[in-house]
Amino acid sequence: MRYLPLSPEDRAEMLDVIGAKSVDEFYADVPEAARLKGTIEGLPNHQGELAVERHLSKLAAKNRSASSGPFFVGAGAYQHHVPATVDMIIQRSEFLTTYTPYQPEIAQGTLQTLFEFQTQVAAMTAMDVANASMYDGSTACAEAAIMATRVTRRKKVILSGGLHPHYAAATKMVCEAQGFEVVQLPVAIDDENALAEAVDDATACVIGQSPNVFGTVTDLSKSADAAHEKGALLVSVFTEAVSLGLVTPPGEMGADIAVGEGQSIGNGLNFGGPYVGLFACTQKLVRQMPGRLCGETEDADGKRGFVLTLSTREQHIRRDKATSNICTNSGLCALAFTAHMTLLGGKGLEQMALLNHEAACDLADALDAIDGVEILTPRFFNEFAFRTPMDAEAVLAMLDEAGVVGGVRASRLFPDGHMGDVILCAATECTTPEDIAAYAAALKEII
Amino acid sequence: MTMNNHGRPTSPDHVPSDRNVETVSGSRGLLQHEGLIFEVGTPETTGVDLPKPKNRTGRLGGVARKKGTGLPGLSEPQAVRHYMRLSQKNYAIDLGLFPLGSCTMKHNPRLNEKLARLPGFADIHPLQPQATVQGALELIDELATWLKTLTGMPAVAMSPKAGAHGEFCGMMAIRQALIARGEGETRKRVLVPASAHGTNPATAVQCGFIVDEIKANERGRVNMEQLREKLQNADDIAGIMLTNPNTCGLFESDIREIADLIHEVGGYFYCDGANFNAIVGRVRPGDLGVDAMHINLHKTFSTPHGGGGPGSGPTVLSEALAPYAPVPFVVKDEDGVFRLVEDVDGDASESFGRMVAFHGQMGMFVRALTYILSHGADGLKQASEDAVLNANYIQARLKSVMTPAFDGYCMHEALFSDAFTAEGIETIDIAKSLIDEGYHPMTMYFPLVVHGAMLIEPTESESKAELDRFCDSLESIARRAAQGDETLKGAPYLAPMRRLDETKAARKPILKWVEANADSVAAE
Repeated sequence: MRYLPLSPEDRAEMLDVIGAKSVDEFYADVPEAARLKGTIEGLPNHQGELAVERHLSKLAAKNRSASSGPFFVGAGAYQHHVPATVDMIIQRSEFLTTYTPYQPEIAQGTLQTLFEFQTQVAAMTAMDVANASMYDGSTACAEAAIMATRVTRRKKVILSGGLHPHYAAATKMVCEAQGFEVVQLPVAIDDENALAEAVDDATACVIGQSPNVFGTVTDLSKSADAAHEKGALLVSVFTEAVSLGLVTPPGEMGADIAVGEGQSIGNGLNFGGPYVGLFACTQKLVRQMPGRLCGETEDADGKRGFVLTLSTREQHIRRDKATSNICTNSGLCALAFTAHMTLLGGKGLEQMALLNHEAACDLADALDAIDGVEILTPRFFNEFAFRTPMDAEAVLAMLDEAGVVGGVRASRLFPDGHMGDVILCAATECTTPEDIAAYAAALKEII
Repeated sequence: MTMNNHGRPTSPDHVPSDRNVETVSGSRGLLQHEGLIFEVGTPETTGVDLPKPKNRTGRLGGVARKKGTGLPGLSEPQAVRHYMRLSQKNYAIDLGLFPLGSCTMKHNPRLNEKLARLPGFADIHPLQPQATVQGALELIDELATWLKTLTGMPAVAMSPKAGAHGEFCGMMAIRQALIARGEGETRKRVLVPASAHGTNPATAVQCGFIVDEIKANERGRVNMEQLREKLQNADDIAGIMLTNPNTCGLFESDIREIADLIHEVGGYFYCDGANFNAIVGRVRPGDLGVDAMHINLHKTFSTPHGGGGPGSGPTVLSEALAPYAPVPFVVKDEDGVFRLVEDVDGDASESFGRMVAFHGQMGMFVRALTYILSHGADGLKQASEDAVLNANYIQARLKSVMTPAFDGYCMHEALFSDAFTAEGIETIDIAKSLIDEGYHPMTMYFPLVVHGAMLIEPTESESKAELDRFCDSLESIARRAAQGDETLKGAPYLAPMRRLDETKAARKPILKWVEANADSVAAE
């Protein structure tokens, strides 16, 4: 077995040193009835690289990859181009095969990149501080809600009707487990006013999203003001991190906590994971933050260095009184994010954001020109919702036959939302004029 | 031309002996000094060539960013050097033995990385039509089948994003089962051993439970007497969270009885599966009476730790808890078509809900399945046995100079207390001294139930020669610790950095680079 260095002679020699006859002696505490004889039945034995690669390649070939044709699916995960350098960096052994930087003397590589990551996320969201990342955007959103209840000592969380339904579900589940009330506003493409109006004296936070799941961009300042007036917090969510290069960021809208999905920068689609949750807040709230934080300090010789800090918030110290049970971040995905951002710089991010917006504008113009199509999203960044005169599922299936992956049917995300004829679609810098022309032509043919 | 024909000395005669060399650059030979990107790059630089935008912002409705991010960019060569230089300051499993107990730092096969990058896995969207991702769903189903078979459990929830998230999944399933029984409000107490990972009590509280701690006995296992006591008048018991093999590196010999006792009083048995890697192929948790257990794919099945994630924590569930599993999950219909159940109704009407966007850590699933297929049933069993053999070898080699925390054989990790050290020498000094010897330290001060704990997990990836080299180093350090060698307190001396001031970092936290910090950097 290629991964196991011990030879039969090594094993015998080691048993001798230990004074045991066989490894069975080490398992003597296992109850007799539970001891397995031989290998587990019905499972194959070890295989060489070639055989495993063949099997997995066969499975991979049954999937249609985003880059294999015109592709317009968004709604929380986005097709973007990731520079080759990024993947090379995250495959470096020293980053890939190391652990959480608990021994800072031999982990400055990881720690400095986390410090840079935190600085980049804070700047992009226009917030004071950011942590070293969360599992993904949806769990970051849930943690933000819990944090808000901790800060305000209130028990009510209000969710916008434009919040990604997976984020809403994850947040609802976590909140209700801890006895908090969750108010979900009715599904709406644009619910700017409803969110501001829903805040009351019992509210811990309102959670709004911009761009929201229908693509609508919204200045949440009004919700922030309404929340602050009642002593509540505004949690501002985004699922498309590239939008931060162009759209009003959470910090400019008065958000107290900003959370979002960082997949778009540095990370592939990966069928939904692993991704990287971004989490930022105001300076005032930093000690209530969940997750890992990296901070600057000095070593015994007075040299600048970095360490994990404020760990007294965390489970390994505080146990049942921790701010969260979170034990890990999304280290390697955060590294991919920060490496891609370092290549882009602020200027590159802005340029990339503009290209995304322009592609979406071109797509909207092309679809809008088709009889029977109605663009529903009033203001958008790189994705929008539109209505078709037919059932969306049927339309998407026919588009698929024409070689176009046209988006997500809204009814998949909102089964009870009476949105059977609505499609959500996105365009990015990967979208070509030919892709858009193919989409428009195919859709015109269908309806 | 040859280099040595102009009188160049070719042997190191008359070279002065070792001395502390100062350099102008701050670099030290191969170890290059590297500033922060904010000190190296400029906001005008970009290392990505994008087409020129037309600057159309027509559809934003004025919701536009007022102030730029001001973030610097680096050209590609600068960026590559930046990360290469930083990488050199990290220790990694690819460099040497990484004996962090409880963390399972085993070899990460590169085939796993290669296959996870196949466009058919890496470049598919979680919401594209299910007909276009049948291979991905099949892969999830195949991995799920392996996990169920290896654990002897009937169901598995694949979406948890990490170990602690898997704990959350299992405890939420227990909560939901209690609610279904009409006992959601009355059964709130969860028993957790004092030796447990910190995530266990934190998770229980996150699910609305109250933690009741149970002590360890002198053998490092659950104190059965105290357990029985706590289970009298147990109408409020929701369950127990128990790690097995436990955090002392020991198999809980009374585990069947513990499971029976918990079930008799109407509670459920959550097993923290962080140490499953010691028993794969030898024992099935399903045969031990477990109701729920998370599996850390990043430990047992070697998906890389990546400097702190991403992890992946599929959670196996018993017959009793299976109906409450979270959405989404994959089912195979009679016609052989794979389908995602994404909503809480129909097939999932009793589900406790959704934990996360989309379907789990697909990238980790590919790596874990690759690892599992490469090993096969025989290789997985051999890996467990080698991991346990290696740990026992370390314990045997070091027991005369260090103090084993408990008598007898261990499982996959060897635990020592600091009883052998001289006054004034602490566990951290031994750990930091290992750095100078070229090793990552062991887990220190955990589990909490052993004074100055040193938890050493070598994994199956180490050859006997590597183990011997490591033991020679640690043995020497242990002897010096026993003699009270004060120089240990200054270690590490040879690492990229000396000991860092964590107190200072926490007192006035500097969590990002700001212009003003630049002065202190310049003064350095």
